Amino acid sequence: MSKRVALEASHAVAEAARMADVDVIAAYPITPQTHIPERLAEMVANGELSSAYIPVESEHSAMSACLGAVSVGARTFTTTAGQGLELMHEVVYVASSMRYPVVMVVCNRALSAPLSVWGDHSDVMAVRDTGWIQVFCQTNQEAFDLTIWAFRVGEDLNVLLPVMVNIDGFSLSHVTEAMMLPEQSEVDRFLPKFQYPFALNPDKPMSHGAFGPPEIYSEAKLAQEVAFRKSKETILQGWKEFGDIFGRYYHPVEQYRTEGAEILLLTMGSFTETAKIEIDRRKDEGEAIGLISLRLWRPFPFKELHQAVKGAKVVIVLDRCVSSGMGGPVLSEVRSALYNEEPMPRVVGIIGGLGGRDMTEKDFEYVIDRGKEIAENGTEKIIETVGIRGERDVGIER
Amino acid sequence: MKTETIKFGKNLVTTKEFLAEGHSFCTGCGEVLAARLAFKALGGNVVVASATGCIEICTTPLPYTSWRVPWLHTLFENTAAEISGVEAGLKILMKKGRIPEREIKCIAIAGDGATSDIGLQALSGAFERGHDFLYLCFDNEAYMNTGIQRSSSTPYGASTTTAPPGKFSIGQISRKKNMALIAAAHDIPYVATACPSYRFDLMKKVRKGAEVKGPAYVHIYSPCPTGWRYSTNLTVEIGQLAVQTGIFPLYEIENGRYRLNADPPSLRPIEGYLRMQGRYRHLASEEIEKIQQMVNEDYARLKEKVAAFPA
Repeated sequence: MSKRVALEASHAVAEAARMADVDVIAAYPITPQTHIPERLAEMVANGELSSAYIPVESEHSAMSACLGAVSVGARTFTTTAGQGLELMHEVVYVASSMRYPVVMVVCNRALSAPLSVWGDHSDVMAVRDTGWIQVFCQTNQEAFDLTIWAFRVGEDLNVLLPVMVNIDGFSLSHVTEAMMLPEQSEVDRFLPKFQYPFALNPDKPMSHGAFGPPEIYSEAKLAQEVAFRKSKETILQGWKEFGDIFGRYYHPVEQYRTEGAEILLLTMGSFTETAKIEIDRRKDEGEAIGLISLRLWRPFPFKELHQAVKGAKVVIVLDRCVSSGMGGPVLSEVRSALYNEEPMPRVVGIIGGLGGRDMTEKDFEYVIDRGKEIAENGTEKIIETVGIRGERDVGIER
Repeated sequence: MKTETIKFGKNLVTTKEFLAEGHSFCTGCGEVLAARLAFKALGGNVVVASATGCIEICTTPLPYTSWRVPWLHTLFENTAAEISGVEAGLKILMKKGRIPEREIKCIAIAGDGATSDIGLQALSGAFERGHDFLYLCFDNEAYMNTGIQRSSSTPYGASTTTAPPGKFSIGQISRKKNMALIAAAHDIPYVATACPSYRFDLMKKVRKGAEVKGPAYVHIYSPCPTGWRYSTNLTVEIGQLAVQTGIFPLYEIENGRYRLNADPPSLRPIEGYLRMQGRYRHLASEEIEKIQQMVNEDYARLKEKVAAFPA
């Protein structure tokens, strides 16, 4: 029987790693991720968790130590945020290319400069092309559930890929709320032990990480991409099995009150809950509106997104990151994913919530109103924003 | 003067090769000679983490490998962190009974650039955390794999492609970073220098480093005919001269106690060593005199340490 508890999201993640009986943790502290490694170090110190905790000297070494640990068959966990994810950037690529199923929780944080320890999605957007399975959480429950699920999917022998679980820095990582904590036996039923078939072992010597000359690199990358796309079957299967055991079902694109919606707001992460308040208000007033949220960011859920926007005339995307010289990265991808689909809704985007700037229901009211205007009349602005002071409509050629 | 005798016997060395033939190292490479001997000394019960560099490139072009031991490569600067994960992983899996309990040595191998420049932070971290591993640095005194660019391990006066001699420079203007002493400053149980010209000394040190509990570091002089510009048949001779001139002394630091493994009654002049190599060809006699001074001072300081903290 699950029990209802109040946990901070960071501690929920640490509980998930503990219940997954993780073998090796290598982590470097960075705000707002610190509560996760602190709690894990405490668990190891007092014997709640039998795990090697490697207090590495940088995030680059955190991910590198994780690779070493997986290479010998250990279940491996790390966690970081913002600058830390950027420092480990090159190793992040290697994890997926070597097919090492590391699980990493990222407490999403803005990037310097100016220095900001607060939340946005700049860090994860910079690693979106690294070949990791990437999911976003809205609540503490999801942070717990998806961390458990990440081990199950990443370590599946049909997948063998790293998984990144994104939780918003502070606005989720530091929030305490009620959630259901399952029994260990239920977790064990869902999550088998990691059986890595290629573990380095003197009895059967293997070479991991040989270099790829031009005659072989392209084939290696294509094979990786095929495996990555195929992982979606296991991702969906994993969510189904998770739901059957724990009663909570997850989907690549989550939908909220989308019945009959002509206008769809698209969000990612913890701001979705605030957006729902504004959607409820409008829905109750009879507006044909709904909300969709990308749970699965990579591999990109083309099919589910297309199905979710069927019947909609406008999709308004909220981005918490600026892709310089381009606009919002989620806007670009959503528009591109829908471009060849019939009928193609108008896809417009607004940027907000950068570097810990809060977004209230009022801000979402503006996002939806302005989004509808842009969809109708277009915009002269270089980028559309919400809640940001200063002149941006400066007549620069688009 | 005490000179340690090194015993020879064919039964002391396995005929097995763990770093197999068929690799693509240059003719006369001192690094692969040293690596081959090192892995003979270590035997097969190892897991190896290898940094980017000549060793990685010359042994593992997909789909081939020269390694008959478990071998792992990911990046340039992270080898010490990677071996930390290997060591921690093996230990916890044995503790949890997930793999059979046995002794597996964790070995990291890297060049001088990967060790003294880009990987120094990761190495320092791994030393400080006290992982049970042996780190072998194969020092060919520049970035040879990318085409002879200077590293912090390049000696004063040497010519490299990024520190070339010219009207305003004599080549490398800084002194060689002393990695063995940097390793020793972490108070790890075993540090040694070795040279493949003294093969049994090298093998003994590698074995000792693997057997010691905790971090161990062996800094291996690795002559490079391509980068140093000397005839490929002179690798062993150059290694001998490096030791006999005192520019690369052979010593051990065990639990903070020093031991000189070869202490010739008098050092041979450095000029003969420098004149054999194209990388020093541009040096005028006053520069050679300056290098002689540096060698004398460094050697005297080492002997003071040996006298003050004898093994």
